[in-house]
Amino acid sequence: MSTATLDPRVHTPRNYLNADYGWKSWLFTLDHKRIALLYLVSITFFFIVGGSFAVLMRIHLVEPQGALVQPETYNKLFTMHGIIMIFFFLIPSIPAVLGNFLVPLMIGARDLAFPKLNLLSWYIYIVGGMFTLYSGIAGGVDTGWTFYTPYSSTYSNTQVTAVAIGVFITGFSSILTGLNFIVTIHKMRAPGLTWSRLPLFLWAMYATSLIMVLGTPVLAITLFLLALEHLFHVGIFSPALGGDPLLFQHLFWFYSHPAVYIMILPAMGVVSEIIACFARKRIFGYTIVAYSSVSIAVLGFLVWGHHMFVTGQSVYEGLIFSLLSFLVAIPSAIKVFNWTATLYKGSISYEAPMLYAMGFIGLFTMGGLTGLFLASLATDVHLNGTYFVVAHFHYIMVGGAVMGYLGGIHFWWPKITGRKYPNGWAALAAAIIFIGFNLTFFPQFLLGYLGMPRRYAFYPAEFQVLNVMSSAGATVLGVGYLIPLVYLIWSMRYGPKAEDNPWGATGLEWQTSSPPPTENFAEIPVVTQEAYAYSEEEASGD
Amino acid sequence: MQGFPFQPEQASTIARSVDHLYYFITAVTLFFTAVIFLIIFYLMIKYRRRSPDERPKAIEGSLPLEILWTAIPTLIVAIIFVWSSSLYFQNSEPPKGSMEIFVTGKQWMWKIEHPEGQREINELHVPLGRPVKLTMTSEDVIHDFYVPAFRVKKDVLPGRYTTLWFQATKLGTFQLFCAQYCGAFHAGMIGSVIVMEPDQYEAWLAGGVQGESMQAAGQKIFQQSGCSTCHLADGTGPGPSFLGVYGKPVKLTNGATVTADDAFIRECILTPAARRVSGYAPIMPSFQGQLTDDQINSLIAYIQLLGSVQAKPKEEGKQ
Repeated sequence: MSTATLDPRVHTPRNYLNADYGWKSWLFTLDHKRIALLYLVSITFFFIVGGSFAVLMRIHLVEPQGALVQPETYNKLFTMHGIIMIFFFLIPSIPAVLGNFLVPLMIGARDLAFPKLNLLSWYIYIVGGMFTLYSGIAGGVDTGWTFYTPYSSTYSNTQVTAVAIGVFITGFSSILTGLNFIVTIHKMRAPGLTWSRLPLFLWAMYATSLIMVLGTPVLAITLFLLALEHLFHVGIFSPALGGDPLLFQHLFWFYSHPAVYIMILPAMGVVSEIIACFARKRIFGYTIVAYSSVSIAVLGFLVWGHHMFVTGQSVYEGLIFSLLSFLVAIPSAIKVFNWTATLYKGSISYEAPMLYAMGFIGLFTMGGLTGLFLASLATDVHLNGTYFVVAHFHYIMVGGAVMGYLGGIHFWWPKITGRKYPNGWAALAAAIIFIGFNLTFFPQFLLGYLGMPRRYAFYPAEFQVLNVMSSAGATVLGVGYLIPLVYLIWSMRYGPKAEDNPWGATGLEWQTSSPPPTENFAEIPVVTQEAYAYSEEEASGD
Repeated sequence: MQGFPFQPEQASTIARSVDHLYYFITAVTLFFTAVIFLIIFYLMIKYRRRSPDERPKAIEGSLPLEILWTAIPTLIVAIIFVWSSSLYFQNSEPPKGSMEIFVTGKQWMWKIEHPEGQREINELHVPLGRPVKLTMTSEDVIHDFYVPAFRVKKDVLPGRYTTLWFQATKLGTFQLFCAQYCGAFHAGMIGSVIVMEPDQYEAWLAGGVQGESMQAAGQKIFQQSGCSTCHLADGTGPGPSFLGVYGKPVKLTNGATVTADDAFIRECILTPAARRVSGYAPIMPSFQGQLTDDQINSLIAYIQLLGSVQAKPKEEGKQ
């Protein structure tokens, strides 16, 4: 069943990278692989911007009275850090870069269903991003990424409307990407690629796309209403105008809680691919892992009220949201157990992507388990709004999602660029990130239980020791993130050429050349096996 | 608590029970983190690749195992849910006979009013060992009243009341934080709760009374704003009498029943058209913009006092 056997590489054959070199060939490309690279460059830019804000914040918090900036500036820093990292880095990270690159390759298609829409979604993302960035520089915004009313709608005199419009615009890029993936996965799978043979990365992309398409419009509506009140004083959220301030929180979290799953589900998909490959085993309990993604996506829409346990909502409402939040913990736990069981009797190698994947499991486990404290009503009352929450969601969204993203980048880098990076450096970076991450965020759990509220530009002196520890850890984490940036860029020019399938992985994307030709496959492959056919008897059939 | 603290002081009746739940979840977290880490390390070493051609046999999965590791987390979260929810449920209502204090949040300070008339800013004096119920509202944005040593926290919202209660078990001064981001000096919206011996508290209350009691102030507003023209005490006016009403269920025009609590009284004053008490003509005007939050609080304190007149005529109602 093997597809086109490519000539041994005497000189570099045509591929999507060398097909054309002009700037127009990039900015007007309809090739999903090139669009993925456009996204890669843009989200890396936003990651650096958002990361610099975090660096300034951690330096500032070394001194209890604040070491660096005025409180107003600090408030803008954490707001912009949150907005940029969430809407312009985490949400597009795995879907828009790896998803864009891999969805067609993994299903054996030549492109996504709507290539023009795909390019449009990148332009929308860039317009939204530039709009937000410009508003951030010209005045900034100080509401926190959560935009809580009535502070945002009537009291803040910063660029709330402009930033809200930026995020609003970018939402459409998510919706279009989600739509594109859903249609592509439904309609364009290669012959023989049934749903039960779909790699788990695609299941994760599918579940994520559902959330993007169903959730993002609610965010758009919410931001639209916010702007309406901010600009024209239409009373929606502000009690002074006859509105309801908590209505905003209901609407906002109806999107923004599922948005957490937009960030983490793709990382789970990546980790499934990596573990299967480096343990040379089928993912243990494939079907259950696949359905757990979908059930997380569905349950994720029903837990938003746990952000509002201390708003004075009714006790019974609290009980229901608490129960539903605990339920989400179960499919997450099932995934972790299944990944662990996949290692059993495997043939495990420790290449860099595998180390990132293991780092993901470690940090995700800690992040997920600390969620129990916040789903539980009695402890959440004490922890809500403190650094405990900050630590918890960073374990999931930075520890988990970024670890998964970097794991994916390292896993597919030879396919994307046709080059190999130095494995030793990559392993070192994975270790430094894991350690630096824990040094940065573990102290914040302790700070939270001690009672330090989040979003404090200055703080009582008794919290200083833990804040200094956190800031010190952040320097380690920062170094950890910079190293891959250096060797990955280096490898694009100087790295040794990669084989078509350097890891010996299953999956259609490894059956074409590295980097793939513009049309992906010389001829469309036919699938006769399930995903992850790593064992002897299955491989012999190939 | 000695050396390096891992938790704030336990200074309220609920602090210890919240901490016990916290220890339990911490134990669960540490246990599972350790188990998963150890198993992964063990498997990664035991099944490391020994030759590049290794092709391990495929394992489909195992239904009994899946059931087992679905059941275990389900059981554990069920335990935590029941434990935590019952704790929360028990503590959700203030005990009967709690003393009441009004709190108003505004950028960036806490204004406290004791029913006896004492007012203070960023300080809350309370007696040891007595349940205290706070009725809270905000003049501007959302704030959040948080006393870590008491393990209590509740948002303070503009345009509505939230309540929170605690009973202090330790003398001393405890930090009061605003835990909901509220603007430029959010971090400076810090106050303190001062727990005193009950007799000292009484002395403190009597010592510096800066004005009339909230009920007295409320009575004046009740006269001056014209409430008294319709809401006659004997019930013969166009509006309902307030004797014995506070805290009791009242019937609405739409057939529903609602408790005449702080929130409902506030709503009736500001947006009377929203929900009307049945049996009366819809003539109550809105006082939106005409009464400040402080004035409404005083009115409520007065209506509350009227409510106790009929309810307990022998004990306290001496009006």
